[in-house]
Amino acid sequence: MSKAVVEALVVRFPGDAYDPYAGPGGDDVVFVRKERIAEVCRYLKEDPALDFRLAPYLTAVDYLGEEPRFEVVYALYAPSRNHRVRLRVKVPEGDAVVPSVTGVWRGADWFERYCWDMYGIRFAGHPDHRRLFMYEEFVGHPLRKDYPLRGRQPLTPERDVPDLFRGPGPGPREA
Amino acid sequence: MTDAPDPAPAPPAAPPPGTGALDAPLAGKEMVINLGPSHPATHGTCRLVTRLDGETIRGMKVDIGYLHRGFEKSCENVTWGQVFPYTDRLNYVSATMNNVGFALAVEKLCGLSVPDRAQYLRVVVSELHRICDHLTMLSAMGLELGAMTVFLYGVEARDHLWDRLTELCGARLTSNFVRVGGVARDLPEGWAEKTVQTLDRTAELRDTIDALLARNRIFMDRTRGVAAVSRADALDYGYTGPCLRASGEPYDVRKAAPYLVYDRLDFDVPVGAGGDNYDRYLVRIEELKQSDRIVRQCLRKMEPGDIAVRDFRYVLPPKPLVYGTIEGVMAHFKLVMEGIQVPRGEVYGYTEAANGELGFYLVSDGSGRPYKIGLRAPGWPMVASMPRVLEGALLADLVPTFDTFNMIGGEVEQ
Repeated sequence: MSKAVVEALVVRFPGDAYDPYAGPGGDDVVFVRKERIAEVCRYLKEDPALDFRLAPYLTAVDYLGEEPRFEVVYALYAPSRNHRVRLRVKVPEGDAVVPSVTGVWRGADWFERYCWDMYGIRFAGHPDHRRLFMYEEFVGHPLRKDYPLRGRQPLTPERDVPDLFRGPGPGPREA
Repeated sequence: MTDAPDPAPAPPAAPPPGTGALDAPLAGKEMVINLGPSHPATHGTCRLVTRLDGETIRGMKVDIGYLHRGFEKSCENVTWGQVFPYTDRLNYVSATMNNVGFALAVEKLCGLSVPDRAQYLRVVVSELHRICDHLTMLSAMGLELGAMTVFLYGVEARDHLWDRLTELCGARLTSNFVRVGGVARDLPEGWAEKTVQTLDRTAELRDTIDALLARNRIFMDRTRGVAAVSRADALDYGYTGPCLRASGEPYDVRKAAPYLVYDRLDFDVPVGAGGDNYDRYLVRIEELKQSDRIVRQCLRKMEPGDIAVRDFRYVLPPKPLVYGTIEGVMAHFKLVMEGIQVPRGEVYGYTEAANGELGFYLVSDGSGRPYKIGLRAPGWPMVASMPRVLEGALLADLVPTFDTFNMIGGEVEQ
């Protein structure tokens, strides 16, 4: 049903949107090169024939042992057209920085923070790049496949709260 | 003989109105108030740090994670079938809807379609739980606006429904009813008739709640125009479910991509206009009526039949087969020890849960355990948008708004 959308993407971004396929249940999926993901998303949202205005669901997967190791997945939906596509973006471990799509949809904010928190993938241009669930002193990223299931971390000492609005801990992390 | 008292001095001339000392602007100072994480109104553990100017919210940060249990990590280390108890605890007010969402995603990956009766049963429990979820939200909203009576009516109605669900699943809160390939058991004898009676009583209580609130002056003043979200903003924040529909966007997965037997059922999707707290209330009241309709239709249309596929690669064989035949023992053993062998691949399954689109992004490496389970919790985008929605609102409106978004700690904080 959304095959046309995927085909339009492949034509519009030759080489940057590649290998479209229909997954189980007829989902239309296409791979996108990570450098162009924000532009692809902006095009999908702003082209009136596509109209993907609902903020997408983002998640990441750790394919440990494969190269590139990570993948960020964008599940998009266009309410006016009833189109649904999925974008898969390969992210290598050595350069785990993806352009943020918070400038396209504000709703992508927490999902990107979740990907940083759980998988250690950074989003360039994110306005509030903190962890989402874990605390700032937490070491590592728990959903990575090499993070132990029963991993324990020592209690962090209680700190003074210099600024309640920002929260405890040292100043903002260097980006 | 006494001296006459001095005449009282003439009072100083009153300053022109609006310029006296009492009218001088106060030297205001912004104040930061920390609400939560353990606050009775945060329904779970959510920390809201608000920067206030008087009573007006000037800035806010939402800090979640106090209830984070590592849902996805836990699920990646158990078999596909063992994930179901974890899904019950996502949205614990409407547990079986999460079961249904997860089962449908796995079946999408397996290319499995379940028998008609199982589909109807899934719709029945989903819609009963949708009623429970909306009732909980409405009762808590009433409570937080000072209408304690509403809370008592709502909880009574919910408890009647939970009694029916207990008869069906054995648990009152973490009801676990759905399996890959079907449902766990058929309806007990006389359950359908009892459920219709329960629905009648629930409808009475629902109408009482509506009569108490919908035209109530205080309730209207406190909710109309409060935390209004425009249609464009709601889409941009990623709202789904009743909150999106209250803003005027008629998106409902049950209509947009019908799953189970929703395309054979007759129901309407209520849509609001203003996207404020009052509209979110009205949309939910109307959805209660629609869910009531759906359950009654299902109970009428349902025909006897299988409640699960007869394929022992997915469903546990019946006990006489397990104890009586070698094939039965083997199928049982392999399902319990190794889990369902889900084909390699990745899929995004989505259903309409009580608070919006409940999505599961599944990756299977062909083994009996999920490689990755990504959860799109319906309440996530709503909670994330609170700082923007509530900017400039009054502190007193924070808690009712938090309630109309229906933040459920279990699913939002995973």
